[in-house]
Amino acid sequence: MLKSSLNIKVDRRDAKLVMAHFYVAFIALLVGGLAGLLQVLVRSGKFELPAGIGYYQILTVHGVVLGLVLTTFFIMGFQLAAVSKTAGTFTNKQRTIGWIGFWIMTIGTVAAAVMILLNEASVLYTFYAPLQAHFVFYLGLTLVVVGSWAVGTTIILKYAEWRRANPGQPSPLLTFMALVNTMMWTVATIGVAATVLIQLLPWSLGLVETVNVGVSRTLFWYFGHPLVYFWLLPAYMAWYVMIPKIIGGKIFSDSLARMSFILFLLFSIPVGFHHQLLEPGIDPAWKFLQVVLTFLVVIPSLMTAFSLFATFESYGRSQGATGLFGWLKKLPWKDARFTVPFIGMLAFIPAGAGGIVNASHQMNQVVHNTVWVTGHFHLTVATAVVLTFFGVSFWLVPHLTGRKLTKKMNKLALIQGYLWAIGMTFMSGAMHAAGLLGAPRRSSFSEYGGAAQAAEWIPYQIAQAVGGSILFIAIILMLYIFVNLAFFAPKGEEEFPVGEAANQTEKAPMVFENWKLWLGITVLLILFAYTIPFIDLIKNAPPGAQGYKLW
Amino acid sequence: MHMHKFEKIWLIFGVTALLVFLSVLGVSAFYLGNQPPSCLAVVDPTKVDEHETFKEPGLKKVEGKDWDYELVFVAQAFAYTPGTVEVPLGAKVKVIATSKDVIHGFGVAGTNINMMVEPGYISEIVTTFDKAGEYLVLCNEYCGSGHHLMTSMIKVVE
Amino acid sequence: MAKAELKSDTKTEIEDSSSLKGTLVSVFFVGFFIVVLWVGVYFLYLDRF
Repeated sequence: MLKSSLNIKVDRRDAKLVMAHFYVAFIALLVGGLAGLLQVLVRSGKFELPAGIGYYQILTVHGVVLGLVLTTFFIMGFQLAAVSKTAGTFTNKQRTIGWIGFWIMTIGTVAAAVMILLNEASVLYTFYAPLQAHFVFYLGLTLVVVGSWAVGTTIILKYAEWRRANPGQPSPLLTFMALVNTMMWTVATIGVAATVLIQLLPWSLGLVETVNVGVSRTLFWYFGHPLVYFWLLPAYMAWYVMIPKIIGGKIFSDSLARMSFILFLLFSIPVGFHHQLLEPGIDPAWKFLQVVLTFLVVIPSLMTAFSLFATFESYGRSQGATGLFGWLKKLPWKDARFTVPFIGMLAFIPAGAGGIVNASHQMNQVVHNTVWVTGHFHLTVATAVVLTFFGVSFWLVPHLTGRKLTKKMNKLALIQGYLWAIGMTFMSGAMHAAGLLGAPRRSSFSEYGGAAQAAEWIPYQIAQAVGGSILFIAIILMLYIFVNLAFFAPKGEEEFPVGEAANQTEKAPMVFENWKLWLGITVLLILFAYTIPFIDLIKNAPPGAQGYKLW
Repeated sequence: MHMHKFEKIWLIFGVTALLVFLSVLGVSAFYLGNQPPSCLAVVDPTKVDEHETFKEPGLKKVEGKDWDYELVFVAQAFAYTPGTVEVPLGAKVKVIATSKDVIHGFGVAGTNINMMVEPGYISEIVTTFDKAGEYLVLCNEYCGSGHHLMTSMIKVVE
Repeated sequence: MAKAELKSDTKTEIEDSSSLKGTLVSVFFVGFFIVVLWVGVYFLYLDRF
């Protein structure tokens, strides 16, 4: 009964939809990676961009294309594949909605990209008002969000269909996780859609003169923090469900995995103020309240750490490992599908620890807007998440295209992972260190009028350039592997690994599927954390800000 | 739902550590007054020059307040006013800033003085300049093509 | 350091805590890292004006 909908292979028609998402994602990797390389070279002070190209234009490309396009497209594709595999092939109607969403997202992406390339939107991926981009840029971003809602609808419809067909049964774990992430994304994107549609679009069209900066930033960060969890949860899906199967072990606990995802749904959203700790217009008591809520969202990650170690240790011991750490030796280190995401897991340890520092109320003064923060999210999204996505691609792309990951490609994939680890250690390590000394993020090379403090940062910037160059080589290698797996690898069957729980008799409590309850609590928490400070921002608003194009 | 004994131990440890962090932060913020800068005052961004506080940027001695000096900065693309300022060592100073155009990030390297400066809002932080030296003031929030050229210098002198 | 010699007789239970000793030590290493980093930056905050 439970297994009835589990496809051995993702249906060919669904596979095409997933691959369409992946093509866009990997084109984004090429463009964004190249932009990143140029940035670290410029910041080393040894290289200047050819005439006409601005550092901040390149930086906007890097942030938008990697932070919004690569992630959103890969995640949507990955979640579609996971749902199609575990809850069954999409109906034609569901798949059509998915395709409509894909094309809306793609059109939006192209529109925004054209505006950035025309230098009409060098506002970085956070597009803080009152810097004013061309209205087509805002329109493009709106389309990306609206398109993602359509793709999300496909997942929600499939889930509902599965539940109707299997009354009283907990949904397949991967489908459950994809659904949680889709719902979190939907609730969160309402914020960014509101600021873009109600504030920025009319303002950039000249329909209104000014914009309320405080409200706009608050709506952005209401979206901005769940955005990073929207990136992270698909990586957790792979860690909880796929990695155990790849190593030959079991999922430590199905129920605890579901519980941690529910906790992410509840606590990822009402925490945006920890990105606004140093700004005027928000009462410090409300900031502190959201700091407390931010700390609550640490707990499901602590649970995840335990589950993963436990999965690895249980497997190692089942293979006869002894001693405290003997199980480490039993893990399949030569399998890139495991090792590359594992490097990502390791990176998440300093990444998570740094995140707790960032969110620590007044301690944020030490690190806010320094390059430490850049170092932080290059460990979270640009290592933990992205290496997991790469690790997924090594089997999912050939699974979808009916090909095989060859030994040679597996070896290249391992090298790719190691190069990433080395490059990121240099780049992120140097960023963290320079940030503690006060070096700013989002800044082109500058000697700051010959200030002694700024001179101290330059060696770290050179280390960043070295690390960034190594990372770029790793990106090229990844693109080579992707193209091989999509078009040239030998025909064959590549497994879609879905792990089984260690304890098969323990059924996940049905309360986890009670979405009225969980969405209800989510909304209550949001109202609790945001209502009063948001009313304050509107009631005590200063005169609005007019738009500027300062690039 | 079953949870392993070791996982319980781990979660108790983790939650306790988080509670200790929050208590330290909370006592420091609400009892000792080390709140992040959160001034709730506003100003018309087009009339900054006419504003009582901002018409004369720079260091001013004040009487009858919890601090000895007020250090006023006006931020605009791509400069701070004043461009350089001397502060006596050991002075307790309220640093006050606003923006005439877009968002800037008022950061003083090597110190805890770090606050967003947004058009329409006044940002404030009180601190005691208790270490001599030259401190670079820079803009740490992107504000346009000259963002990285926007600087000032605070010299803390005996 | 505890060794795994004392395994077989408790093997029947799922709640065999000796089998997850490495996990416990590993997560506490993570916890230790979090605390050290946090305390380090907190002292930096205290040291600066």
